[in-house]
Amino acid sequence: MDEVRKTCLYDKHVALGAKMEPFAGWLMPIEYTGIIAEHTAVRTKSGMFDVSHMGEIMVKGPDALRYIDYVTTNEIASKPDGKVVYGMMLYPNGTVVDDLLTYKVSATELFLVVNASNVAKDYAWLVEQTEGFDVVVKNLSDEYGEVAVQGPATEALLRTIMGIELSDLEAFTFKHVWWDGHDLLVSRTGYTGEDGFEIYADPVATNEVWDVLLASKEILPCGLGCRDTLRFEAALPLYGHEISDEITALEAGLGFFVKLDKPDFIGKGVLVEQKNGSLKRKVVGIELTEKAIPRAHYEVYSGETKIGYVTTGYLSISAGKPVAMALLDLAYTAMGTPIQVQIRNKRIPGFVRDKKFFKKSYKPKGDKANE
Amino acid sequence: MNKVLDGILYNPTHEWAQIQGDVATFGITAFAASQLGTVVFVDLPALGAKVVQNKEFGAVESVKAASDLFAPLSGLVVAVNDDLVGDPEAINKDAFGAWMIKVKIAAPAELKNLLSPDQYRAVSK
Repeated sequence: MDEVRKTCLYDKHVALGAKMEPFAGWLMPIEYTGIIAEHTAVRTKSGMFDVSHMGEIMVKGPDALRYIDYVTTNEIASKPDGKVVYGMMLYPNGTVVDDLLTYKVSATELFLVVNASNVAKDYAWLVEQTEGFDVVVKNLSDEYGEVAVQGPATEALLRTIMGIELSDLEAFTFKHVWWDGHDLLVSRTGYTGEDGFEIYADPVATNEVWDVLLASKEILPCGLGCRDTLRFEAALPLYGHEISDEITALEAGLGFFVKLDKPDFIGKGVLVEQKNGSLKRKVVGIELTEKAIPRAHYEVYSGETKIGYVTTGYLSISAGKPVAMALLDLAYTAMGTPIQVQIRNKRIPGFVRDKKFFKKSYKPKGDKANE
Repeated sequence: MNKVLDGILYNPTHEWAQIQGDVATFGITAFAASQLGTVVFVDLPALGAKVVQNKEFGAVESVKAASDLFAPLSGLVVAVNDDLVGDPEAINKDAFGAWMIKVKIAAPAELKNLLSPDQYRAVSK
């Protein structure tokens, strides 16, 4: 294993007294004031995350659109410039290389944002798929820092604190903002289930953005701990949990982001078969009826039959209930199906439910590809 | 934060045991509580259950993770602090006050396996 890397904001986290832990090869802040306070700040006002560990990959060339629609599950060619589209890269067997956001800069230029843990693998995979396409793929991850600012008050706060106007940005679109001598790429995207923005810039600018937001005392620094509780409540998948190289996009319940009517894309064959009846298991929501916390990898049972396992679970901070996402055999995925989760030496009863783990106040406007 | 009380004994796995006659009271140390972060759930054994030295007798859970509790001594559970289930954060506020279970000591010879306050201070540095 290579040595643990540090983001361009590392010193700021240490100065703030953050609890730092290795994540995906990076030493990252897990929490500053506490997961619950940080989670609540994002749900009720605004919080900021250092997500500079995320990977950025550029695809350029005359075949960029044909290429991206072949290597990812969603459809980008027909979208206008300035659009951001969520999708997945699949292996030929339908399991997931990674999930990613594709920023459509133009018909010949795309900006991909991938998971930190998968950057090297994704880059190698993307390069491997370029045969027959006139495109160049470049890993720009070291050139970018990224700050995610999330929560219902964020648009107004960025206006007053940074003087930038983002009300014209619809959900899942981006634009360049010239701020204090720096070029910022700002998108109305996030990983929390709340309204918010992600700001990509070089390390110097990233530090300036972080400093000015922190100095305002209006936006709470938030660690990866609450990033996970927030994305979980919004049922957003995490690579290695709901999606992986052992779980297909349809098993993960992400069919909305898979355009099976496209002429071809990697993994399409298996997904078409699964859609036509060969699907054997699926990620669903579960809720326990006794107080206990269902955590990742705990086994799920129906009587004596093992029917799957928990992919992510928490005592939901927003709803106060023990809930989880679980990958279960298809026969047990109907709403209301009774299940039991093995927690230490006990089987705790519960039932299959939807994945709306909290009452969303944020309704994305103007987004057709990602709603 | 790294308070270690005198007059009680310790497990290297960060549980404490207060001995009063043939009854031992168990909890977790302030060091363990600070490492865990905010405790959101406590899983304790039932009254009358048997616990075994160094074996799991329950769990404390933060938002992020579950940590097993290991029994400092063997014995039968004679009291359970049910108040902790409703107020698990009491463990963060006062780890040495937030007792978990009381056990009728089955094997006094096991006491020699526990750490003194000074020995535990060295472990929890």
